[in-house]
Amino acid sequence: MSDDELIWRIAGGSGDGIDSTSQNFAKALMRAGLHVFTHRHYPSRIRGGHTYVEIRASADDVQSRGDGYNFLLALGDSFARNPQEEAYYGNEEIKPLSENLDDLREGGIIVYDEGLVSEEDVADLELEKRAEENDWHVFPMDLRGLAKEHGREVMRNTAGVGVTAALLDMDLEHIEDLMSDAMGGDVLESNLEILHEAYEIVNEEYDFEHDLRAPTGEHETEQALLSGSNAIAYGSIDAGCRFIAGYPMTPWTDVFTILSQNFPDMGGIAEQVEDEIAAAALAVGASHAGAKAMSGSSGGGFALMSEPLGLAEMTETPIVLLESMRAGPSTGMPTKPEQGDLEFVLYTSQGDSSRVVFAPGTIEECYEQTRLAFHIAYEYQIPAIIIYDQKLSGENTNVPVEFFDREPNPDLGSTLTEDELKEAAHDASGKFHRFAYEHESGAENGVSPRSLPGQKGGRYLATGNEHSPVGHISEDPDNRVYQMSRRVEKLDHIREELDEEHDSNQTYYGDEDADFGIITWGSSQGAVAEAVSRLNDNGQSVKAIGVSDMMPFPETEMVEFLESVDEAMVVEMNATAQFRGLIQKELGRYGEKMTSLLKYNGNPFEPAEVVESAEINLDGGDEEPSAQVHIEPAAGD
Amino acid sequence: MSAFNAIGDEREIDREEYTPGVEPQPTWCPGCGDFGVLKSLKQALPEVGRTPEETLVCTGIGCSGKLNSYLDTYGFHTIHGRSLPVARAAKLANDGLEVIAAGGDGDGYGIGGNHFIHTARENHDMTYIVFNNEIFGLTKGQTSPTSPKGHKSKTQPGGTAKTPIRPLSMSLTSGATYIARTAAVNPNQAKEIIAEAIEHDGFAHVDFLTQCPTWNKDARQYVPYIDVQESDDYDFDITDRGEAAQMMQETEDVLNEGTVLTGRYYVDEESPSYQEEKKEPRPRPAGTAGRAVLRRRRRVGT
Repeated sequence: MSDDELIWRIAGGSGDGIDSTSQNFAKALMRAGLHVFTHRHYPSRIRGGHTYVEIRASADDVQSRGDGYNFLLALGDSFARNPQEEAYYGNEEIKPLSENLDDLREGGIIVYDEGLVSEEDVADLELEKRAEENDWHVFPMDLRGLAKEHGREVMRNTAGVGVTAALLDMDLEHIEDLMSDAMGGDVLESNLEILHEAYEIVNEEYDFEHDLRAPTGEHETEQALLSGSNAIAYGSIDAGCRFIAGYPMTPWTDVFTILSQNFPDMGGIAEQVEDEIAAAALAVGASHAGAKAMSGSSGGGFALMSEPLGLAEMTETPIVLLESMRAGPSTGMPTKPEQGDLEFVLYTSQGDSSRVVFAPGTIEECYEQTRLAFHIAYEYQIPAIIIYDQKLSGENTNVPVEFFDREPNPDLGSTLTEDELKEAAHDASGKFHRFAYEHESGAENGVSPRSLPGQKGGRYLATGNEHSPVGHISEDPDNRVYQMSRRVEKLDHIREELDEEHDSNQTYYGDEDADFGIITWGSSQGAVAEAVSRLNDNGQSVKAIGVSDMMPFPETEMVEFLESVDEAMVVEMNATAQFRGLIQKELGRYGEKMTSLLKYNGNPFEPAEVVESAEINLDGGDEEPSAQVHIEPAAGD
Repeated sequence: MSAFNAIGDEREIDREEYTPGVEPQPTWCPGCGDFGVLKSLKQALPEVGRTPEETLVCTGIGCSGKLNSYLDTYGFHTIHGRSLPVARAAKLANDGLEVIAAGGDGDGYGIGGNHFIHTARENHDMTYIVFNNEIFGLTKGQTSPTSPKGHKSKTQPGGTAKTPIRPLSMSLTSGATYIARTAAVNPNQAKEIIAEAIEHDGFAHVDFLTQCPTWNKDARQYVPYIDVQESDDYDFDITDRGEAAQMMQETEDVLNEGTVLTGRYYVDEESPSYQEEKKEPRPRPAGTAGRAVLRRRRRVGT
């Protein structure tokens, strides 16, 4: 990681256009040749509240939010200007400025909207004193007034971007291009005027005493700015998925929205339905009839999917489900990330579970593992779940456009054609042996190929009851043992295929010979990756594994990793060390080798927190880390 | 993708094609009304020209869920209350299929009530048969959503204080476009109504009175029954929502007083089914996130 980085934080109220402004500014930085990574912090409110987006930009690759930030654009919270003195959410104009000061690095820049924040309020903050202590450079400016003068008040974001660009000595070209793409007519004209005016004012009237400038870089190939939700949606499309059913819930709604907007044009079906039981049941019904189908939700909605998920397992109906985690239990913190649903997703629904669970850790992995989930689901007739979270869902980073130049895969996997059905086993009444015994189907991987309703010669019964080869309800003990074993043993065959025919879904970082290892899963991978490189730069010897295969568990790789180190720290965003528990359950040992680094305050890990905690472990110390993280000792300690 | 040659297959169909040649034999109790549903389906399906292999029957859980085992079509015996979302998705995925959903009164009006309301309002082109015996049968005789007020059972020892669901009125309010009530004891009417329901383009709901001789012995066996279309005592226009609503209310009220009214209650041939609606192109907002990348994707051949 280069020292030369910009971390720009735009803060305001929900509904103030923070998201779209930051999205465009991130794109402008990307087009200027930089690597970018965004981090979104917002409350569960339509208007107002403390919200910000951080954009980290550097000439080098960035995989995580940074430690703190160095440029604050505090827009003021328009909703907070509530005429009712007693209003519940009232009088928070100052918050975008006041709430963000703690994380601002030394030498940082502050731009705030004088048009919204009163002088007395600022005086209360002792801003001058703090600025002096921290070498901050403060630029008050009437962004609201400027916007009003040339257009409408809401355009103050544009004024803020203009000020930012001037202070960072950036060219306006990419920003102008992006504005022209997004708007037209008078609106565009006013915005451009505001942008230029703000830029000019800064250049003409302000003294530049700060050192911070926009980094410069260059991309070798064309880049696209994508979130995890984008990548999962594109992965689904390229996997041939053309059916999605869902019910809105933050943060899963992002994928549902993208596919709902795009499916109709490609002959797909997107159904918004009455509840999540129906949503997952629709995916089962559509897949049963021959569609590549998916559904998804966040924790609370996923809880309702337990029933259809079990039905898909029992009837061996391929489906892909998404679970975009947020902080629980119950309604929890709807807009905050957490990795607390792992055990829930692995085991929910009655009976022994047979499902595949992938936890991608990066935007690229979101795309690849979604495709893989569809492949495995349809090949092995098993539900496959992508478990991710609010963080991965909403963070944007640049990905080379050519990354997506791959063949789509509309294949339905283990599904027979009518010609093939003629050769298959049937009973005396002409019913197809959909759940055939191995000697009949010839398949050695536990999969008995299916037919589809409407095919000649394929009639059978799918049922959530235990069933015979043609699908009749059966409580025959021999048949039960055969069918049950076949269903759960599919996981072994899937593990074999993943190990032998695909690149590993696990990602390795750091020094191969290190004695200290960090283990993480899902979206915490980025912060760990950066921490490992910093630790090694600092002279420590550390390596890490970012695990994506939750089920079937990557036993060989995990044993190899744990055998190779003396100590390991498992990093995850939950309070009860769920992944560490899974490792111990799956491997039956290593409890004494693994400590945990846990964070569950609603904010994702910063690399520095991982570095600090690793150092505490490496020094053999037992002090508590400084931030809101928690070290859980190894078994027996 | 493989062809679906069973769909649209126009040939003579023998009623026995719907009977499994080997086990299982029905396990319903002697005298059970569920036999009436099975029989009417076996009569109606060949009459309207739907072969076993172009027909998908989705059932819920309970005695009614056993229907799949005795009716030899493509079948999906789903879970309690969830036959409708599975069935309507299958129809969306392949609208050549003849899709029929079936379940009991607990299944459709209790645990699956939400799905019933929404499938009706969306007017999916399918048939929904509710085996209404006013009791939970397979779990051995508990009070159900259609049990009359005061009904005593092991779970309602003092008699239920709850007013029963009004299945027909609920269906009309929700948006079903074909609504009828028939009874197992009236096989001719049942066959005709099932045939009409299958042929109806839209959501057809048949509340099928299926007497339970084991757990609901005290209840009426739905005889004598009156066909509201045949009887001179009733005169209403089945295409008029208001008149239909009134007739439904009366039917629901008098059932608890011992008068069994059956027949067609509401038929709306004008409203397009959800499948028809979906075929109409609708304007969509342009410029969605990620469009540029997606446009590239389609060119690759998806």
